[in-house]
Amino acid sequence: MTMASNTLAQSPAKQAGIFSRIVSGSVFPVLSILAALVVLWYVFAVVMNAPFQRDLDRRAGEAPGFVEFVGKTLTQPKPVLPTPYQVASNFFENTFMRKITSNRSLVYHAWVTLSSTLLGFAFGTVLGILIAVGIVHFVALDRSLMPWIIASQTIPILAIAPMVVVVFAAVGITGLVPKALISTYLSFFPVAVGMVKGLRSPEIMHLDLMHTYNASPSQTFWKLRVPASVPYLFASMKVAVAASLVGAIVAELPTGAVAGIGAKLLAGSYYSQTIEIWSALVAGSIVAVLLVTLVGVAGRIVERSMGGRPA
Amino acid sequence: MQPAHSNTVIEASKLGLTFQTNDGPVRALSDVDLTIGKGEFVSFIGPSGCGKTTFLRVIADLERPTSGTISINGMTPQQAREARAYGYVFQAAALFPWRTIENNVALPLEIMGVSRAEQKARIKRTLDLVNLSGFEKKFPWQLSGGMQQRASIARALAFDADLLLMDEPFGALDEIVRDHLNEQLLKLWDQTNKTICFVTHSIPEAVYLSTRIVVMSPRPGRVTDVIESTLPKERPLDIRETPEFLAIAARVRDGLRAGHSYD
Repeated sequence: MTMASNTLAQSPAKQAGIFSRIVSGSVFPVLSILAALVVLWYVFAVVMNAPFQRDLDRRAGEAPGFVEFVGKTLTQPKPVLPTPYQVASNFFENTFMRKITSNRSLVYHAWVTLSSTLLGFAFGTVLGILIAVGIVHFVALDRSLMPWIIASQTIPILAIAPMVVVVFAAVGITGLVPKALISTYLSFFPVAVGMVKGLRSPEIMHLDLMHTYNASPSQTFWKLRVPASVPYLFASMKVAVAASLVGAIVAELPTGAVAGIGAKLLAGSYYSQTIEIWSALVAGSIVAVLLVTLVGVAGRIVERSMGGRPA
Repeated sequence: MQPAHSNTVIEASKLGLTFQTNDGPVRALSDVDLTIGKGEFVSFIGPSGCGKTTFLRVIADLERPTSGTISINGMTPQQAREARAYGYVFQAAALFPWRTIENNVALPLEIMGVSRAEQKARIKRTLDLVNLSGFEKKFPWQLSGGMQQRASIARALAFDADLLLMDEPFGALDEIVRDHLNEQLLKLWDQTNKTICFVTHSIPEAVYLSTRIVVMSPRPGRVTDVIESTLPKERPLDIRETPEFLAIAARVRDGLRAGHSYD
Protein backbone atom coordinates (compact mmCIF):
# COMPACT_ATOMS: atom_id res chain seq x y z
CA MET A 1 0.00 0.00 0.00
CA THR A 2 3.01 2.30 -0.01
CA MET A 3 3.64 2.29 -3.73
CA ALA A 4 1.95 5.64 -4.23
CA SER A 5 4.27 7.42 -1.83
CA ASN A 6 7.27 6.07 -3.73
CA THR A 7 6.19 7.59 -7.00
CA LEU A 8 6.28 10.98 -5.30
CA ALA A 9 10.02 10.97 -4.75
CA GLN A 10 11.76 12.18 -7.88
CA SER A 11 15.05 10.47 -8.67
CA PRO A 12 17.92 12.91 -8.03
CA ALA A 13 20.25 11.13 -10.48
CA LYS A 14 19.49 13.56 -13.28
CA GLN A 15 21.86 16.30 -12.12
CA ALA A 16 24.49 16.06 -14.87
CA GLY A 17 27.61 18.25 -15.09
CA ILE A 18 27.22 21.78 -16.44
CA PHE A 19 29.43 21.13 -19.46
CA SER A 20 27.53 18.09 -20.70
CA ARG A 21 24.30 20.00 -20.15
CA ILE A 22 25.54 22.85 -22.35
CA VAL A 23 26.51 20.48 -25.12
CA SER A 24 23.52 18.16 -24.91
CA GLY A 25 20.92 20.68 -23.82
CA SER A 26 19.32 23.43 -25.83
CA VAL A 27 21.81 26.16 -24.85
CA PHE A 28 24.52 25.17 -27.32
CA PRO A 29 22.31 24.82 -30.42
CA VAL A 30 20.49 28.08 -29.63
CA LEU A 31 23.77 29.97 -29.16
CA SER A 32 25.25 28.64 -32.40
CA ILE A 33 22.15 29.71 -34.35
CA LEU A 34 22.40 33.14 -32.68
CA ALA A 35 26.08 33.47 -33.65
CA ALA A 36 25.25 32.53 -37.26
CA LEU A 37 22.46 35.11 -37.34
CA VAL A 38 24.76 37.84 -36.01
CA VAL A 39 27.38 37.05 -38.68
CA LEU A 40 24.71 37.06 -41.38
CA TRP A 41 23.37 40.36 -40.02
CA TYR A 42 26.80 42.01 -40.34
CA VAL A 43 27.17 40.73 -43.91
CA PHE A 44 23.80 42.15 -44.86
CA ALA A 45 24.58 45.45 -43.08
CA VAL A 46 27.68 45.87 -45.23
CA VAL A 47 25.87 44.91 -48.45
CA MET A 48 22.82 47.08 -47.80
CA ASN A 49 24.67 50.15 -46.53
CA ALA A 50 27.32 50.00 -49.28
CA PRO A 51 25.45 51.88 -52.08
CA PHE A 52 24.83 54.94 -49.88
CA GLN A 53 28.41 54.88 -48.59
CA ARG A 54 29.75 54.63 -52.17
CA ASP A 55 27.59 57.64 -53.07
CA LEU A 56 28.97 59.63 -50.12
CA ASP A 57 32.55 58.73 -50.97
CA ARG A 58 32.09 59.64 -54.63
CA ARG A 59 30.72 63.07 -53.76
CA ALA A 60 33.50 63.69 -51.25
CA GLY A 61 35.98 62.52 -53.87
CA GLU A 62 37.37 59.83 -51.59
CA ALA A 63 38.49 56.36 -52.52
CA PRO A 64 38.83 54.38 -49.28
CA GLY A 65 40.39 50.95 -49.12
CA PHE A 66 38.25 47.88 -48.55
CA VAL A 67 38.70 47.66 -44.79
CA GLU A 68 38.06 51.38 -44.31
CA PHE A 69 34.98 51.17 -46.58
CA VAL A 70 33.51 48.26 -44.62
CA GLY A 71 34.20 50.12 -41.37
CA LYS A 72 32.30 53.13 -42.69
CA THR A 73 29.27 51.05 -43.74
CA LEU A 74 29.05 49.73 -40.20
CA THR A 75 29.08 53.11 -38.48
CA GLN A 76 26.64 55.24 -40.48
CA PRO A 77 24.40 57.43 -38.29
CA LYS A 78 21.30 56.57 -40.37
CA PRO A 79 22.06 53.23 -41.99
CA VAL A 80 19.62 51.21 -44.09
CA LEU A 81 20.38 48.28 -41.82
CA PRO A 82 22.04 49.12 -38.49
CA THR A 83 24.53 46.63 -37.05
CA PRO A 84 23.82 44.60 -33.93
CA TYR A 85 26.41 46.70 -32.10
CA GLN A 86 24.71 49.97 -33.05
CA VAL A 87 21.31 48.61 -31.96
CA ALA A 88 22.69 47.17 -28.74
CA SER A 89 24.51 50.34 -27.71
CA ASN A 90 21.48 52.50 -28.55
CA PHE A 91 19.27 50.11 -26.61
CA PHE A 92 21.61 50.12 -23.63
CA GLU A 93 21.90 53.91 -23.63
CA ASN A 94 18.15 54.50 -23.89
CA THR A 95 17.29 51.84 -21.34
CA PHE A 96 19.83 52.25 -18.58
CA MET A 97 21.46 55.66 -19.05
CA ARG A 98 18.33 57.82 -19.05
CA LYS A 99 15.86 58.81 -16.37
CA ILE A 100 12.84 56.57 -16.85
CA THR A 101 10.60 59.64 -16.94
CA SER A 102 12.47 61.05 -19.94
CA ASN A 103 10.64 60.64 -23.26
CA ARG A 104 13.87 59.33 -24.76
CA SER A 105 13.90 56.43 -22.29
CA LEU A 106 12.83 53.07 -23.72
CA VAL A 107 11.65 52.06 -20.25
CA TYR A 108 9.21 54.98 -20.34
CA HIS A 109 7.90 54.03 -23.80
CA ALA A 110 7.74 50.33 -22.92
CA TRP A 111 5.75 51.20 -19.81
CA VAL A 112 3.23 53.24 -21.82
CA THR A 113 2.72 50.34 -24.21
CA LEU A 114 2.75 47.79 -21.41
CA SER A 115 0.01 49.56 -19.47
CA SER A 116 -2.38 49.57 -22.40
CA THR A 117 -1.36 45.98 -23.23
CA LEU A 118 -2.23 44.81 -19.73
CA LEU A 119 -5.53 46.71 -19.60
CA GLY A 120 -6.50 45.40 -23.04
CA PHE A 121 -5.39 41.88 -22.09
CA ALA A 122 -7.51 41.99 -18.95
CA PHE A 123 -10.55 43.21 -20.91
CA GLY A 124 -9.90 40.64 -23.64
CA THR A 125 -9.54 37.73 -21.23
CA VAL A 126 -12.75 38.63 -19.39
CA LEU A 127 -14.62 39.20 -22.66
CA GLY A 128 -13.28 35.95 -24.15
CA ILE A 129 -14.34 33.96 -21.07
CA LEU A 130 -17.82 35.52 -21.06
CA ILE A 131 -18.30 34.78 -24.77
CA ALA A 132 -17.12 31.18 -24.25
CA VAL A 133 -19.49 30.67 -21.31
CA GLY A 134 -22.35 31.97 -23.46
CA ILE A 135 -21.43 29.81 -26.42
CA VAL A 136 -21.14 26.65 -24.31
CA HIS A 137 -24.47 27.20 -22.56
CA PHE A 138 -26.70 28.52 -25.34
CA VAL A 139 -26.98 26.70 -28.65
CA ALA A 140 -28.32 29.89 -30.26
CA LEU A 141 -25.14 31.78 -29.32
CA ASP A 142 -22.99 28.93 -30.59
CA ARG A 143 -24.67 29.18 -34.00
CA SER A 144 -24.93 32.96 -34.22
CA LEU A 145 -21.83 34.27 -32.46
CA MET A 146 -19.02 32.01 -33.64
CA PRO A 147 -19.07 33.04 -37.34
CA TRP A 148 -18.97 36.72 -36.30
CA ILE A 149 -16.09 36.13 -33.94
CA ILE A 150 -14.10 34.42 -36.66
CA ALA A 151 -15.01 37.13 -39.18
CA SER A 152 -13.91 39.82 -36.72
CA GLN A 153 -10.36 38.50 -36.87
CA THR A 154 -10.17 38.68 -40.65
CA ILE A 155 -10.57 42.47 -40.66
CA PRO A 156 -7.13 44.12 -40.68
CA ILE A 157 -6.51 45.71 -37.31
CA LEU A 158 -4.78 48.66 -39.00
CA ALA A 159 -8.11 49.56 -40.64
CA ILE A 160 -9.99 49.47 -37.38
CA ALA A 161 -7.54 51.15 -35.02
CA PRO A 162 -7.93 54.75 -36.30
CA MET A 163 -11.74 54.42 -36.40
CA VAL A 164 -11.85 53.23 -32.81
CA VAL A 165 -9.64 56.09 -31.68
CA VAL A 166 -11.60 58.70 -33.64
CA VAL A 167 -14.99 57.44 -32.45
CA PHE A 168 -13.90 57.41 -28.83
CA ALA A 169 -12.26 60.81 -29.11
CA ALA A 170 -15.59 62.15 -30.48
CA VAL A 171 -17.32 61.13 -27.26
CA GLY A 172 -14.52 62.51 -25.16
CA ILE A 173 -12.64 59.31 -24.31
CA THR A 174 -8.96 59.52 -25.13
CA GLY A 175 -5.71 58.11 -23.84
CA LEU A 176 -5.36 54.61 -22.47
CA VAL A 177 -8.84 53.12 -23.02
CA PRO A 178 -9.13 53.35 -26.84
CA LYS A 179 -5.66 51.85 -27.18
CA ALA A 180 -6.51 49.11 -24.72
CA LEU A 181 -9.67 48.31 -26.67
CA ILE A 182 -7.63 47.57 -29.77
CA SER A 183 -5.60 45.13 -27.67
CA THR A 184 -8.88 43.68 -26.44
CA TYR A 185 -10.04 43.25 -30.03
CA LEU A 186 -7.04 41.05 -30.77
CA SER A 187 -6.80 39.20 -27.45
CA PHE A 188 -10.39 38.14 -26.77
CA PHE A 189 -10.36 35.80 -29.77
CA PRO A 190 -7.81 33.19 -28.65
CA VAL A 191 -9.30 33.20 -25.14
CA ALA A 192 -12.86 32.72 -26.45
CA VAL A 193 -11.83 29.86 -28.75
CA GLY A 194 -9.62 28.21 -26.12
CA MET A 195 -12.24 28.48 -23.38
CA VAL A 196 -15.02 27.08 -25.58
CA LYS A 197 -12.77 24.06 -26.07
CA GLY A 198 -11.83 23.97 -22.37
CA LEU A 199 -15.38 24.24 -21.05
CA ARG A 200 -16.37 21.42 -23.40
CA SER A 201 -13.38 19.27 -22.44
CA PRO A 202 -14.95 17.22 -19.58
CA GLU A 203 -15.39 13.57 -20.50
CA ILE A 204 -18.89 12.13 -20.98
CA MET A 205 -18.24 9.94 -17.95
CA HIS A 206 -17.61 12.96 -15.71
CA LEU A 207 -20.77 14.63 -17.01
CA ASP A 208 -22.74 11.40 -16.42
CA LEU A 209 -21.32 11.28 -12.91
CA MET A 210 -22.61 14.79 -12.16
CA HIS A 211 -25.95 13.74 -13.66
CA THR A 212 -26.23 10.77 -11.28
CA TYR A 213 -25.71 13.20 -8.37
CA ASN A 214 -28.56 15.31 -9.74
CA ALA A 215 -26.11 18.24 -9.81
CA SER A 216 -27.52 21.59 -10.95
CA PRO A 217 -26.13 23.18 -14.11
CA SER A 218 -24.28 25.75 -12.02
CA GLN A 219 -22.73 23.02 -9.86
CA THR A 220 -21.62 21.17 -13.00
CA PHE A 221 -20.19 24.43 -14.32
CA TRP A 222 -18.21 25.41 -11.23
CA LYS A 223 -17.14 21.98 -10.04
CA LEU A 224 -16.42 20.33 -13.40
CA ARG A 225 -16.31 22.61 -16.44
CA VAL A 226 -14.31 25.47 -14.89
CA PRO A 227 -11.53 23.37 -13.34
CA ALA A 228 -11.30 21.27 -16.51
CA SER A 229 -10.84 24.41 -18.61
CA VAL A 230 -7.94 25.89 -16.62
CA PRO A 231 -5.11 24.39 -18.77
CA TYR A 232 -6.90 25.66 -21.90
CA LEU A 233 -7.27 29.10 -20.34
CA PHE A 234 -3.56 29.53 -19.71
CA ALA A 235 -2.58 28.16 -23.11
CA SER A 236 -4.88 30.66 -24.81
CA MET A 237 -3.81 33.50 -22.49
CA LYS A 238 -0.23 33.01 -23.67
CA VAL A 239 -1.33 33.65 -27.25
CA ALA A 240 -3.64 36.45 -26.14
CA VAL A 241 -1.01 38.41 -24.22
CA ALA A 242 1.31 38.43 -27.24
CA ALA A 243 -1.59 39.53 -29.47
CA SER A 244 -2.41 42.23 -26.92
CA LEU A 245 1.07 43.68 -27.19
CA VAL A 246 0.82 43.71 -30.98
CA GLY A 247 -2.54 45.47 -30.62
CA ALA A 248 -1.13 48.11 -28.30
CA ILE A 249 1.80 48.84 -30.62
CA VAL A 250 -0.41 48.94 -33.72
CA ALA A 251 -2.84 51.21 -31.87
CA GLU A 252 -0.05 53.74 -31.33
CA LEU A 253 0.88 53.92 -35.01
CA PRO A 254 -2.08 55.65 -36.69
CA THR A 255 -3.41 57.53 -33.68
CA GLY A 256 -0.86 60.24 -33.30
CA ALA A 257 0.33 58.83 -29.99
CA VAL A 258 3.40 60.60 -28.66
CA ALA A 259 4.57 57.84 -26.35
CA GLY A 260 4.88 54.08 -26.52
CA ILE A 261 6.86 51.56 -28.53
CA GLY A 262 4.56 52.15 -31.52
CA ALA A 263 5.03 55.93 -31.37
CA LYS A 264 8.76 55.39 -31.16
CA LEU A 265 8.67 53.15 -34.26
CA LEU A 266 6.64 55.75 -36.15
CA ALA A 267 8.87 58.67 -35.15
CA GLY A 268 11.90 56.64 -36.13
CA SER A 269 10.49 56.00 -39.58
CA TYR A 270 9.57 59.70 -40.05
CA TYR A 271 13.13 60.80 -39.39
CA SER A 272 14.87 57.74 -40.88
CA GLN A 273 16.30 56.90 -37.46
CA THR A 274 16.73 53.25 -38.25
CA ILE A 275 18.80 52.57 -35.15
CA GLU A 276 15.99 53.95 -32.97
CA ILE A 277 13.47 51.76 -34.81
CA TRP A 278 15.51 48.65 -34.25
CA SER A 279 16.13 49.33 -30.58
CA ALA A 280 12.41 49.99 -30.07
CA LEU A 281 11.77 46.64 -31.75
CA VAL A 282 14.17 44.97 -29.34
CA ALA A 283 12.38 46.62 -26.42
CA GLY A 284 9.04 45.37 -27.75
CA SER A 285 10.36 41.83 -28.13
CA ILE A 286 11.72 41.81 -24.60
CA VAL A 287 8.35 42.97 -23.24
CA ALA A 288 6.66 40.20 -25.26
CA VAL A 289 9.01 37.52 -23.94
CA LEU A 290 8.49 38.73 -20.37
CA LEU A 291 4.71 38.76 -20.70
CA VAL A 292 4.48 35.30 -22.27
CA THR A 293 6.90 33.89 -19.68
CA LEU A 294 4.92 35.46 -16.86
CA VAL A 295 1.65 33.95 -18.07
CA GLY A 296 3.39 30.59 -18.50
CA VAL A 297 4.79 30.66 -14.96
CA ALA A 298 1.41 31.69 -13.53
CA GLY A 299 -0.18 28.82 -15.43
CA ARG A 300 2.33 26.33 -14.09
CA ILE A 301 1.82 27.50 -10.51
CA VAL A 302 -1.96 27.20 -10.80
CA GLU A 303 -1.80 23.78 -12.45
CA ARG A 304 0.63 22.53 -9.82
CA SER A 305 -1.76 23.60 -7.07
CA MET A 306 -4.50 21.72 -8.92
CA GLY A 307 -2.60 18.45 -8.70
CA GLY A 308 -0.84 18.67 -12.03
CA ARG A 309 1.76 15.96 -12.49
CA PRO A 310 5.19 17.61 -12.35
CA ALA A 311 6.64 17.42 -15.85
CA MET B 1 -38.59 -16.98 -11.13
CA GLN B 2 -39.01 -16.68 -7.41
CA PRO B 3 -42.02 -15.00 -5.82
CA ALA B 4 -41.90 -11.22 -5.69
CA HIS B 5 -39.88 -9.86 -2.81
CA SER B 6 -41.70 -8.13 -0.02
CA ASN B 7 -39.19 -5.28 -0.29
CA THR B 8 -38.55 -4.82 -3.97
CA VAL B 9 -35.87 -2.33 -5.00
CA ILE B 10 -35.99 -2.59 -8.79
CA GLU B 11 -38.90 -3.82 -10.82
CA ALA B 12 -38.74 -3.87 -14.62
CA SER B 13 -41.48 -5.21 -16.83
CA LYS B 14 -41.54 -5.49 -20.61
CA LEU B 15 -38.72 -2.94 -20.61
CA GLY B 16 -37.43 -2.00 -24.04
CA LEU B 17 -35.05 0.61 -25.42
CA THR B 18 -34.45 1.34 -29.08
CA PHE B 19 -31.70 3.75 -30.13
CA GLN B 20 -32.32 5.72 -33.31
CA THR B 21 -29.05 5.73 -35.23
CA ASN B 22 -28.08 6.77 -38.73
CA ASP B 23 -28.10 3.11 -39.75
CA GLY B 24 -31.67 2.70 -38.55
CA PRO B 25 -33.07 1.70 -35.16
CA VAL B 26 -30.99 -0.49 -32.82
CA ARG B 27 -32.86 -2.48 -30.21
CA ALA B 28 -30.59 -2.34 -27.16
CA LEU B 29 -33.15 -3.85 -24.78
CA SER B 30 -36.21 -5.90 -25.52
CA ASP B 31 -38.89 -7.24 -23.15
CA VAL B 32 -36.77 -7.28 -20.00
CA ASP B 33 -38.70 -8.53 -16.97
CA LEU B 34 -36.72 -8.46 -13.75
CA THR B 35 -37.31 -7.95 -10.04
CA ILE B 36 -34.44 -7.21 -7.66
CA GLY B 37 -34.99 -7.35 -3.92
CA LYS B 38 -33.32 -5.49 -1.11
CA GLY B 39 -29.88 -6.72 -0.15
CA GLU B 40 -29.38 -8.79 -3.30
CA PHE B 41 -26.13 -8.89 -5.25
CA VAL B 42 -27.17 -9.26 -8.88
CA SER B 43 -24.66 -9.66 -11.71
CA PHE B 44 -25.46 -8.97 -15.34
CA ILE B 45 -23.35 -10.97 -17.75
CA GLY B 46 -23.33 -11.27 -21.50
CA PRO B 47 -21.31 -10.48 -24.62
CA SER B 48 -20.84 -6.87 -25.64
CA GLY B 49 -23.94 -5.38 -27.18
CA CYS B 50 -26.29 -7.44 -25.00
CA GLY B 51 -27.60 -4.34 -23.26
CA LYS B 52 -26.26 -5.05 -19.76
CA THR B 53 -24.70 -1.61 -19.41
CA THR B 54 -27.75 -0.03 -21.07
CA PHE B 55 -30.00 -1.67 -18.47
CA LEU B 56 -27.84 -0.24 -15.68
CA ARG B 57 -27.94 3.20 -17.31
CA VAL B 58 -31.74 2.98 -17.53
CA ILE B 59 -31.90 2.32 -13.78
CA ALA B 60 -29.60 5.34 -13.28
CA ASP B 61 -31.73 7.56 -15.54
CA LEU B 62 -28.78 8.01 -17.90
CA GLU B 63 -30.93 6.48 -20.67
CA ARG B 64 -34.71 6.63 -21.12
CA PRO B 65 -36.56 3.40 -21.99
CA THR B 66 -38.77 3.53 -25.08
CA SER B 67 -41.25 0.90 -23.91
CA GLY B 68 -42.30 -0.95 -20.76
CA THR B 69 -41.98 0.23 -17.18
CA ILE B 70 -39.28 0.31 -14.52
CA SER B 71 -39.43 1.45 -10.92
CA ILE B 72 -36.73 1.99 -8.31
CA ASN B 73 -38.00 1.94 -4.73
CA GLY B 74 -41.43 2.55 -6.23
CA MET B 75 -40.24 5.68 -8.06
CA THR B 76 -39.43 6.41 -11.68
CA PRO B 77 -35.71 6.44 -12.52
CA GLN B 78 -35.77 10.24 -12.68
CA GLN B 79 -37.39 10.56 -9.26
CA ALA B 80 -34.94 8.01 -7.87
CA ARG B 81 -32.02 9.97 -9.28
CA GLU B 82 -33.37 13.20 -7.87
CA ALA B 83 -33.75 11.46 -4.50
CA ARG B 84 -30.12 10.32 -4.82
CA ALA B 85 -31.23 6.72 -4.43
CA TYR B 86 -28.13 5.11 -5.94
CA GLY B 87 -24.38 5.38 -6.26
CA TYR B 88 -22.87 4.65 -9.67
CA VAL B 89 -19.40 3.23 -10.29
CA PHE B 90 -18.17 3.58 -13.87
CA GLN B 91 -15.83 1.39 -15.91
CA ALA B 92 -13.02 3.86 -15.27
CA ALA B 93 -12.50 5.50 -11.88
CA ALA B 94 -13.55 8.88 -13.34
CA LEU B 95 -11.93 10.79 -10.48
CA PHE B 96 -11.44 14.52 -11.01
CA PRO B 97 -7.68 14.88 -11.55
CA TRP B 98 -7.58 18.32 -9.88
CA ARG B 99 -9.10 17.03 -6.64
CA THR B 100 -7.32 15.05 -3.95
CA ILE B 101 -8.77 11.67 -3.01
CA GLU B 102 -10.65 13.10 -0.03
CA ASN B 103 -12.02 15.95 -2.13
CA ASN B 104 -13.11 13.49 -4.80
CA VAL B 105 -15.04 11.55 -2.17
CA ALA B 106 -16.42 14.87 -0.93
CA LEU B 107 -17.74 15.82 -4.39
CA PRO B 108 -21.20 14.23 -4.10
CA LEU B 109 -21.46 15.46 -0.50
CA GLU B 110 -20.72 19.05 -1.58
CA ILE B 111 -23.32 18.79 -4.31
CA MET B 112 -25.88 17.38 -1.91
CA GLY B 113 -25.21 20.11 0.63
CA VAL B 114 -23.78 17.98 3.45
CA SER B 115 -22.19 20.03 6.26
CA ARG B 116 -18.39 20.28 6.48
CA ALA B 117 -18.16 18.31 9.71
CA GLU B 118 -20.41 15.55 8.38
CA GLN B 119 -18.38 15.48 5.14
CA LYS B 120 -15.20 14.86 7.13
CA ALA B 121 -16.73 12.02 9.10
CA ARG B 122 -18.12 10.33 5.99
CA ILE B 123 -14.86 10.67 4.06
CA LYS B 124 -13.02 8.99 6.88
CA ARG B 125 -15.59 6.20 7.20
CA THR B 126 -15.80 5.39 3.48
CA LEU B 127 -12.06 5.58 2.89
CA ASP B 128 -11.62 3.17 5.84
CA LEU B 129 -14.20 0.90 4.23
CA VAL B 130 -12.19 0.64 0.97
CA ASN B 131 -8.81 0.50 2.78
CA LEU B 132 -7.57 3.86 1.53
CA SER B 133 -6.88 5.56 4.86
CA GLY B 134 -3.69 7.60 4.64
CA PHE B 135 -4.21 8.51 1.00
CA GLU B 136 -6.60 11.41 1.63
CA LYS B 137 -4.20 14.12 0.41
CA LYS B 138 -2.96 12.25 -2.67
CA PHE B 139 -4.01 13.18 -6.17
CA PRO B 140 -5.50 10.44 -8.40
CA TRP B 141 -2.39 10.11 -10.62
CA GLN B 142 -0.36 9.21 -7.53
CA LEU B 143 -2.48 6.06 -7.01
CA SER B 144 -2.48 2.74 -8.87
CA GLY B 145 -5.45 1.80 -11.06
CA GLY B 146 -6.92 -0.51 -8.41
CA MET B 147 -6.62 2.15 -5.72
CA GLN B 148 -8.25 4.73 -8.00
CA GLN B 149 -11.17 2.39 -8.56
CA ARG B 150 -11.48 1.84 -4.78
CA ALA B 151 -11.56 5.61 -4.33
CA SER B 152 -14.37 5.82 -6.88
CA ILE B 153 -16.27 3.13 -4.92
CA ALA B 154 -15.74 5.18 -1.75
CA ARG B 155 -17.18 8.17 -3.59
CA ALA B 156 -20.26 6.14 -4.56
CA LEU B 157 -20.68 4.96 -0.96
CA ALA B 158 -20.16 8.37 0.62
CA PHE B 159 -23.75 9.56 0.46
CA ASP B 160 -25.23 6.33 1.81
CA ALA B 161 -27.50 5.33 -1.04
CA ASP B 162 -28.94 1.84 -0.50
CA LEU B 163 -28.40 0.87 -4.11
CA LEU B 164 -25.00 0.54 -5.76
CA LEU B 165 -24.79 0.30 -9.56
CA MET B 166 -21.42 -0.94 -10.83
CA ASP B 167 -20.61 -1.02 -14.54
CA GLU B 168 -17.65 -3.37 -15.10
CA PRO B 169 -15.74 -1.55 -12.36
CA PHE B 170 -12.79 -3.97 -12.38
CA GLY B 171 -12.73 -4.66 -16.12
CA ALA B 172 -9.53 -2.71 -16.74
CA LEU B 173 -7.60 -4.21 -13.82
CA ASP B 174 -5.32 -7.23 -13.79
CA GLU B 175 -6.46 -10.59 -12.42
CA ILE B 176 -4.67 -10.38 -9.06
CA VAL B 177 -5.95 -6.91 -8.22
CA ARG B 178 -9.39 -7.93 -9.42
CA ASP B 179 -9.49 -10.99 -7.10
CA HIS B 180 -8.47 -8.80 -4.20
CA LEU B 181 -11.10 -6.16 -4.96
CA ASN B 182 -13.80 -8.82 -5.44
CA GLU B 183 -13.04 -10.15 -1.96
CA GLN B 184 -13.17 -6.64 -0.52
CA LEU B 185 -16.39 -5.86 -2.36
CA LEU B 186 -18.09 -8.93 -0.86
CA LYS B 187 -16.94 -7.89 2.61
CA LEU B 188 -18.21 -4.38 1.99
CA TRP B 189 -21.57 -5.70 0.75
CA ASP B 190 -21.82 -7.81 3.89
CA GLN B 191 -21.02 -4.85 6.15
CA THR B 192 -23.30 -2.30 4.51
CA ASN B 193 -26.20 -4.53 3.44
CA LYS B 194 -26.61 -2.63 0.19
CA THR B 195 -28.31 -3.83 -2.96
CA ILE B 196 -25.72 -4.16 -5.71
CA CYS B 197 -26.21 -4.41 -9.47
CA PHE B 198 -22.94 -5.45 -11.06
CA VAL B 199 -22.20 -5.60 -14.78
CA THR B 200 -19.35 -7.88 -15.84
CA HIS B 201 -18.16 -10.02 -18.71
CA SER B 202 -16.24 -12.42 -16.47
CA ILE B 203 -18.00 -15.67 -15.56
CA PRO B 204 -15.90 -16.42 -12.42
CA GLU B 205 -16.40 -12.86 -11.19
CA ALA B 206 -20.17 -13.09 -11.64
CA VAL B 207 -20.44 -16.48 -9.94
CA TYR B 208 -18.10 -15.54 -7.09
CA LEU B 209 -19.90 -12.30 -6.21
CA SER B 210 -23.57 -12.81 -6.89
CA THR B 211 -26.65 -14.07 -5.17
CA ARG B 212 -28.28 -14.02 -8.60
CA ILE B 213 -26.82 -13.99 -12.12
CA VAL B 214 -28.73 -12.51 -15.03
CA VAL B 215 -27.50 -13.89 -18.37
CA MET B 216 -28.19 -11.64 -21.34
CA SER B 217 -27.80 -12.01 -25.10
CA PRO B 218 -27.49 -9.46 -27.91
CA ARG B 219 -29.52 -8.34 -30.94
CA PRO B 220 -31.89 -7.52 -29.41
CA GLY B 221 -30.59 -7.25 -25.83
CA ARG B 222 -32.69 -9.59 -23.69
CA VAL B 223 -32.56 -11.76 -20.58
CA THR B 224 -32.03 -15.42 -21.47
CA ASP B 225 -31.50 -16.95 -18.03
CA VAL B 226 -31.62 -15.97 -14.37
CA ILE B 227 -29.53 -18.20 -12.11
CA GLU B 228 -29.95 -18.32 -8.33
CA SER B 229 -26.63 -18.94 -6.62
CA THR B 230 -26.56 -21.77 -4.12
CA LEU B 231 -23.21 -20.67 -2.69
CA PRO B 232 -23.11 -19.63 0.98
CA LYS B 233 -22.79 -15.98 1.91
CA GLU B 234 -19.32 -16.60 3.34
CA ARG B 235 -17.08 -17.00 0.26
CA PRO B 236 -13.32 -17.42 0.52
CA LEU B 237 -11.48 -17.11 -2.80
CA ASP B 238 -10.85 -20.88 -3.05
CA ILE B 239 -14.59 -21.51 -3.20
CA ARG B 240 -13.98 -21.12 -6.91
CA GLU B 241 -12.50 -24.64 -7.02
CA THR B 242 -15.55 -26.34 -5.47
CA PRO B 243 -17.85 -28.48 -7.68
CA GLU B 244 -20.81 -26.31 -6.66
CA PHE B 245 -19.08 -23.18 -8.01
CA LEU B 246 -18.06 -24.93 -11.21
CA ALA B 247 -21.61 -26.21 -11.75
CA ILE B 248 -23.02 -22.67 -11.58
CA ALA B 249 -20.25 -21.40 -13.86
CA ALA B 250 -21.06 -24.14 -16.36
CA ARG B 251 -24.71 -23.14 -16.36
CA VAL B 252 -23.79 -19.49 -16.97
CA ARG B 253 -21.52 -20.54 -19.82
CA ASP B 254 -24.29 -22.67 -21.36
CA GLY B 255 -26.66 -19.74 -21.10
CA LEU B 256 -24.17 -17.45 -22.81
CA ARG B 257 -23.55 -19.97 -25.58
CA ALA B 258 -27.27 -20.55 -26.17
CA GLY B 259 -27.94 -16.86 -26.55
CA HIS B 260 -24.98 -16.22 -28.78
CA SER B 261 -25.34 -16.83 -32.47
CA TYR B 262 -22.15 -16.59 -34.51
CA ASP B 263 -23.56 -15.08 -37.65
